[in-house]
Amino acid sequence: MRPAWSIIFFTTMSGLGLGLAGWIVIGLLPLMTQQAVIGVGVVTLALIGAGLISSTFHLGHPERAWRALSQWRSSWLSREGVLAVIVMAGLAGWFAAGYSGTIVPVWANLLLLVLIYLTVYATSMIYASLKTVARWYHPLTPVCYLMFAAAGGLLATLAMLALLGLPITAALAQAGIVLMLSAWGVKLAWWRLAGMARHAGSVESATGLGHLGTVKPLMPPHTEENYLQHEMGFVVARKHADKLRIFAIGLGGVLPIIVLLVAPASAAALGFAVLSHVAGMFVERWLFFAEAKHVVTLYYEGAA
Amino acid sequence: MTMLPEPSAIKLGLVIDLDICVGCQACVVNCKEWNTAGYGAPLADEDAYGAAPMGAWLNRVHAYEVSEGAGEAQISRTVHFPKSCLHCEEAPCVTVCPTGASFKRAEDGIVLVNEDWCIGCGLCAWSCPYGARELDPAEGVMKKCTLCVDRIYNDKLQEEDRQPACVRTCPTNARHFGDLGDPNSEVSLMVAARGGVDLMPEQDTRPVNKYLPPRSRRAAEEAPVSLVAMAEAETPKGFWKWVDTALERMG
Repeated sequence: MRPAWSIIFFTTMSGLGLGLAGWIVIGLLPLMTQQAVIGVGVVTLALIGAGLISSTFHLGHPERAWRALSQWRSSWLSREGVLAVIVMAGLAGWFAAGYSGTIVPVWANLLLLVLIYLTVYATSMIYASLKTVARWYHPLTPVCYLMFAAAGGLLATLAMLALLGLPITAALAQAGIVLMLSAWGVKLAWWRLAGMARHAGSVESATGLGHLGTVKPLMPPHTEENYLQHEMGFVVARKHADKLRIFAIGLGGVLPIIVLLVAPASAAALGFAVLSHVAGMFVERWLFFAEAKHVVTLYYEGAA
Repeated sequence: MTMLPEPSAIKLGLVIDLDICVGCQACVVNCKEWNTAGYGAPLADEDAYGAAPMGAWLNRVHAYEVSEGAGEAQISRTVHFPKSCLHCEEAPCVTVCPTGASFKRAEDGIVLVNEDWCIGCGLCAWSCPYGARELDPAEGVMKKCTLCVDRIYNDKLQEEDRQPACVRTCPTNARHFGDLGDPNSEVSLMVAARGGVDLMPEQDTRPVNKYLPPRSRRAAEEAPVSLVAMAEAETPKGFWKWVDTALERMG
């Protein structure tokens, strides 16, 4: 599948922002001053919002994007949009309450937390619900998205704590390490298990000609590449997949963990760890698309 | 509204006879011709006269080599394979649509796109296993086979023209249009007689369109016909033998 930069940016940034918001609403990041509320609020909402806005850049008609909020009963893409809008509004209210010193009841915090993770889940289900892409249509796909939101969000929370000059306990730094390790552990399992997933079909079942013998594409419908091949048959990154995976793990997991081990209190080091994690996640999301093959390629290549 | 409607009694669709199709591409061209005019955005082409033309088409004809046996004994044949929207009963392209632009008609099961609502996100094309949807490169909206909904119900056309353009134009009569929900319709009888198949049944999309597989190659199985024997004249008998001999004698 062709990776669209806007989609990679969207899933990475809004995933990080939602993960950060999840830890904030359960009180992991105490916001003592009004400046802290504004600063953290702006950063969190900007991450989620920038991701959402960038997701409209790949559309043929971005000005109609509001229509995407209407089909939540059947479409995961629509659900994602609706949930994201609710969460953004809820978070804006949450930060406004923090600014005015109002105590947010526990049930409201928990409700917001649930909605935040439902949004991440909905993002993952846009892909995980597509039966046409065997690698995505796997129960571990949503787990990867949820784990990376939680792990990246905690890393960002720790960086914020350091920036605000608040203490980072050893337990918190260790939790950051454990969560980051678990997230990449799930991702490694996904690369292995979902990577082995194959479509039940073949070019024989795709053409209904299997009972006559073996089927092999002889002539494509047109002399030049078409939209389907361009969009679903993307191959550039596949041959570099192993190298890119090492980049993803190195930047997205290993470097942040090293920072958490050696300099868990340094705002500069943690800021670097967040940037490194984001860079690693860009590579991870690029591979998520570039390594996935669509079942329609059976018609063009005889294999999927 | 992208929830699928209750299954309709009338299921309009195509039956494509792979035994007859010769891959002439007439259906491809007439489809583009009809659907680039009339309703909605025209079917655009980019770099149409350049080195790498690319455009939106609603119907494409592949060709496959189907082989039996191996080595010297291998028998191969070419099967031309037209492919367009199958108007699935469980159409994944409809339910994934976030805007309600992609929908299945409750009255006859035709799957359509409302181009005024389509945001061009491309998710429906990703969800379709058959590659039946293509994003228009100029207009940024999703294009797909409409089963020529603007022909089949169009009483301004002659009755024989109220068929999809691809069916009307097929010079070999390999394409048929009808109601596959009616077990006694011509198309349904054809499917029953010839063992019509669904494409990729494992995707659980329940396509309405059916494909009639090529018939077995009977000629290859029977003993070869002797052309020499066919060329030899039969020896006349009785009266005609006498006429024949009499004429011979006359020199």
